[in-house]
Amino acid sequence: MSPPVAPPGWSRWLVPPAALAVHLSIGQAYAWSVFKPPLESALGLSGTQSALPFQLGIVMLGLSAAFGGTLVERRGPRWAMTVALICFSSGFLLSALGAATEQYWLIVFGYGFVGGIGLGIGYISPVSTLIKWFPDRPGMATGIAIMGFGGGALIASPWSAQMLESFGGDHTGIALAFLVHGLTYAVFMLLGVLLVRVPRPAPATVGAPAAALTGPQVSARDALRTPQFWLLWLVLCTNVTAGIGILEKAAPMITDFFADTSAPVSVTAAAGFVALLSAANMAGRIGWSSTSDLIGRKNIYRLYLGVGALMYALIAMFGDSSKPLFVLCALVILSFYGGGFATVPAYLKDLFGTYQVGAIHGRLLTAWSTAGVLGPLIVNWVADRQEEAGRHGSSLYGLSFMIMIGLLVAGFVANELVRPVHPRHHVSRPHETKEAADERQEQHESA
Amino acid sequence: MSGKSSTSPPEAPAAGPDRRGLIAFAWLWVGIPLAYGLYELVRKATQLFTG
Repeated sequence: MSPPVAPPGWSRWLVPPAALAVHLSIGQAYAWSVFKPPLESALGLSGTQSALPFQLGIVMLGLSAAFGGTLVERRGPRWAMTVALICFSSGFLLSALGAATEQYWLIVFGYGFVGGIGLGIGYISPVSTLIKWFPDRPGMATGIAIMGFGGGALIASPWSAQMLESFGGDHTGIALAFLVHGLTYAVFMLLGVLLVRVPRPAPATVGAPAAALTGPQVSARDALRTPQFWLLWLVLCTNVTAGIGILEKAAPMITDFFADTSAPVSVTAAAGFVALLSAANMAGRIGWSSTSDLIGRKNIYRLYLGVGALMYALIAMFGDSSKPLFVLCALVILSFYGGGFATVPAYLKDLFGTYQVGAIHGRLLTAWSTAGVLGPLIVNWVADRQEEAGRHGSSLYGLSFMIMIGLLVAGFVANELVRPVHPRHHVSRPHETKEAADERQEQHESA
Repeated sequence: MSGKSSTSPPEAPAAGPDRRGLIAFAWLWVGIPLAYGLYELVRKATQLFTG
């Protein structure tokens, strides 16, 4: 399947909905928890066991994005979206078979392994194409798509819950729900497959990578050999870890913080707080990422990491004395968490160019996988130790917050160290004269 | 490092069929489910202030 080139008159505003069709679907992964209680009661599983399909899915997301990125760049977005559609939908269909026959391993394999490949390939599938269509606003373009990943859970969570209520929570009801999910997502994602187009190459660049003659162009393999890649890896990892630090224990955290006050937080209100955090996460993805087109990528990460550390410090010092302050700081941190995810493809484009930005992004997502383990581990481990030491309320989290501040400061420093990539890492350009290459080298040195 | 780019958008040449209907359809396709998700989210989020 060759990359589909846009016919004359094709609008670039057809590309974001194509990306959203995929991201809104695969974002369902974060609503997996809806299936946990019925699976536990229908198949006699423990909480740890019922989390396995999701956990394997996230591991496969990271692995397939990291190792499949180059293939996605070579085969194009339509191929990638088709693979994502087939894997993600097949994952549900295999899970339906597993639930119907009460074979839980088939659900783990289907949703986690097969569906997880769909998550990873689907996540990176539109990134490079969007950046090529919107070179003037790459932050906004990738922000729209990556906001979709957050939005996917918002749609799936109530939708799946209603479906389970209608079909019943026994194994046949769950099987039917999986079947409907698989078929519906296949149809929904098909729009992305049909609509996505790569921009027509300019006449001067026919036969060369799109937009290859402007800005730095670095291959995915060479990008890994630059300090810039690893500095950004650290930036993303620390930013995500800090966000997960709140997200992981949001409901018990707000309850604990105000347990000893005159206005304790009820379970219902805590659920509302979690929902509000999801809204901030989504808004941050599109809002901050679009802002980065105006103020620059380095500045926006200064904001995420610097102000993020300040927000954590405010919660640690005054959080338990003011509920509005606690909620406001948490919302800002979560908006930065979402913004960090959505802005990073544009940051990669600034540093490494559009040549293999999708593949580089895929490799960078290993920082997300690492943070996904690190964030919950820090918060839960510290809270457990503090509880064992007889502490309660807000003091359960003080040490975690200090660790998060330290991580954010480390990320801030890493961001400060990011410099333009040295021209020796740039791919050789067809038709480039020695004078032009020398000029490029001089531009780098003056930058 | 500036995020600004001097590259102009690779808008395809104007010649070709009018695609406004397709653009509207595509955005509604993704917009309607997203609006449903956001509505449910707002409904749940208000519990923070009423719950």
